[in-house]
Amino acid sequence: MSKNILVKAIDVTKNYGHFCALDKVSLEVTRGEVCCIIGPSGSGKSTLLRCINLLERMDGGGIWVNDELVGYRREGDNLYQISDVEISRQRRRIGMVFQRFNLFPHMTALENVIEGPVHVLGEQVKDAEERGRTLLERVGLAEKANHYPSELSGGQQQRVAIARAMGMRPNLILFDEPTSALDPELVSEVLDVMKDLAASGMTMIVVTHELGFARNVANTVAFMEAGKMVEFGLASEVLSAPKSARTAEFIKAVHS
Amino acid sequence: MTTATTALPIAVDQQYEIAHLKLVPKRHVGRMIAATVVLALLAALVRAFSVGQIEWSYVSQFLFSPAILAGLYNTLVMTVAAMTLGIVLGVVIAIMRISGNPVLSSIAIGYVWVFRGAPALLQLMLWFNLALIFPTMGIPGLFEFRTVDIMTPFVAAVLGLGISQGAYTSEVVRSGLLSVDSGQYEAARTIGMTQMKMLRRIVLPQAMRVMVPPIGNEVIGMVKLTSLASVIQYSEILHNAQIIYFANTRVLELLLVASFWYLFVVSLLSVGQHYIERYFGRGSKSIRSAV
Ligand SMILES: Nc1ncnc2c1ncn2[C@@H]1O[C@H](COP(=O)(O)OP(=O)(O)O)[C@@H](O)[C@H]1O
Ligand SMILES: [Mg+2]
Repeated sequence: MSKNILVKAIDVTKNYGHFCALDKVSLEVTRGEVCCIIGPSGSGKSTLLRCINLLERMDGGGIWVNDELVGYRREGDNLYQISDVEISRQRRRIGMVFQRFNLFPHMTALENVIEGPVHVLGEQVKDAEERGRTLLERVGLAEKANHYPSELSGGQQQRVAIARAMGMRPNLILFDEPTSALDPELVSEVLDVMKDLAASGMTMIVVTHELGFARNVANTVAFMEAGKMVEFGLASEVLSAPKSARTAEFIKAVHS
Repeated sequence: MTTATTALPIAVDQQYEIAHLKLVPKRHVGRMIAATVVLALLAALVRAFSVGQIEWSYVSQFLFSPAILAGLYNTLVMTVAAMTLGIVLGVVIAIMRISGNPVLSSIAIGYVWVFRGAPALLQLMLWFNLALIFPTMGIPGLFEFRTVDIMTPFVAAVLGLGISQGAYTSEVVRSGLLSVDSGQYEAARTIGMTQMKMLRRIVLPQAMRVMVPPIGNEVIGMVKLTSLASVIQYSEILHNAQIIYFANTRVLELLLVASFWYLFVVSLLSVGQHYIERYFGRGSKSIRSAV
């Protein structure tokens, strides 16, 4: 595998009972690049993200992050499921930002950001706090450090969630429709933070309906439908000159 | 209509002019009658007690007597011990129940079924009389002791009360765990927390908000439930009051002394519960505005 590939998903398959949510989906993300996943609701975009950080176990195929097989250990001709502790270790370097923020409501913004560094990575509280404040400053929320999530707007909560993900010093951050739960006027403040993050060289996989963001920021775009990867390629090509008629239709529908 | 806004003018005819009318408050006749009746009954009750054959001097004499205070102390010790055991078991059983491991969750269901199914008094007596079926206990070859030596009234009462309490508390803990949004579990996992750390740092603190009121209720219930231990000769407050009135025949006076102390302890606990609720409600809007 090329040294610059950070995420490689090959033929990932996921079934819920008889329903096939992911059907041999493949994807590749280069280090430092942004990949946007678009597609209609129910097409398996969230499921793919959740397989990457092991919130779901795939039924077939494989995902490698940083050349490490996710969820399994290979020994000779056998694949062993790794232990829960090993899974936790693999997840540490993969941040995730959810549609509904999922901040810890009993902790302040700063406490949310330092929770992982202190209680998972074992950093000193003082160091973590200092870095946590820097991260909050970076997402424009330095003065909200001691506010509880319930005292923040949706856009502010999502920016704290991004700072929380960055607190773990991830190699990769997954975004699952990060702006879909926001009031329209709050969308841009979150997208701006994500843009900065991309510019700083963070590798990101972003499920989004914001095609403008995809056009401006993404290096590659994947279009999924009904559990299949319909089209995957350079952002400019997929968005401006899609090869598949379904992709073209979807892009047109989102724009109108 | 001289407003600076661009709102449409609203016509105000005479029939809509009510600012000059006099406001007559609503009369609560029913409420007044009810209050009068209740107050009269209360006065009759107070009078009955004051003219009844109660020697109030005995009440005040025994209120702070060493035997009563020692009983009070034992009641508190038993409450803390039994409730601690109950909460620990409750958390363990609740986590076993939702663990997804069929063996563990079956054991948890069986535990709740058995220990919620028999009266606490009966369970207490079972533990106390355990020596009848297991004269000795221990690990053969390693250590062994006579059951009567360790199954003191204290130990039997802690086990009987704590284990049956654990069955109830586990249901409280389980409802608390279920009240935490699945997104919280996922967020905790994505920052690499292990199962135990997630429960301890993220899930339980949030579940506490739901759990504290019913557990407070259970602690208060336990204060009074410890009186069952008098049956197996544990020297809690009711037991000691009984010993005194067996000697001096001042039954009602001593029962009043015990009642006073129960009421006192329960009142203190209610105040404490308020502060604990406020602590675990931090970050939550509804509690905040209520304080
Ligand atoms: N836990 C689950 N059990 C059963 N079906 C599920 C589950 N999670 C997702 N699905 C189904 O899988 C499909 C893909 O879901 P998802 O990945 O959330 O779609 P998207 O994020 O693209 O909207 C949907 O049809 C959904 O109903
Ligand atoms: Mg989704």
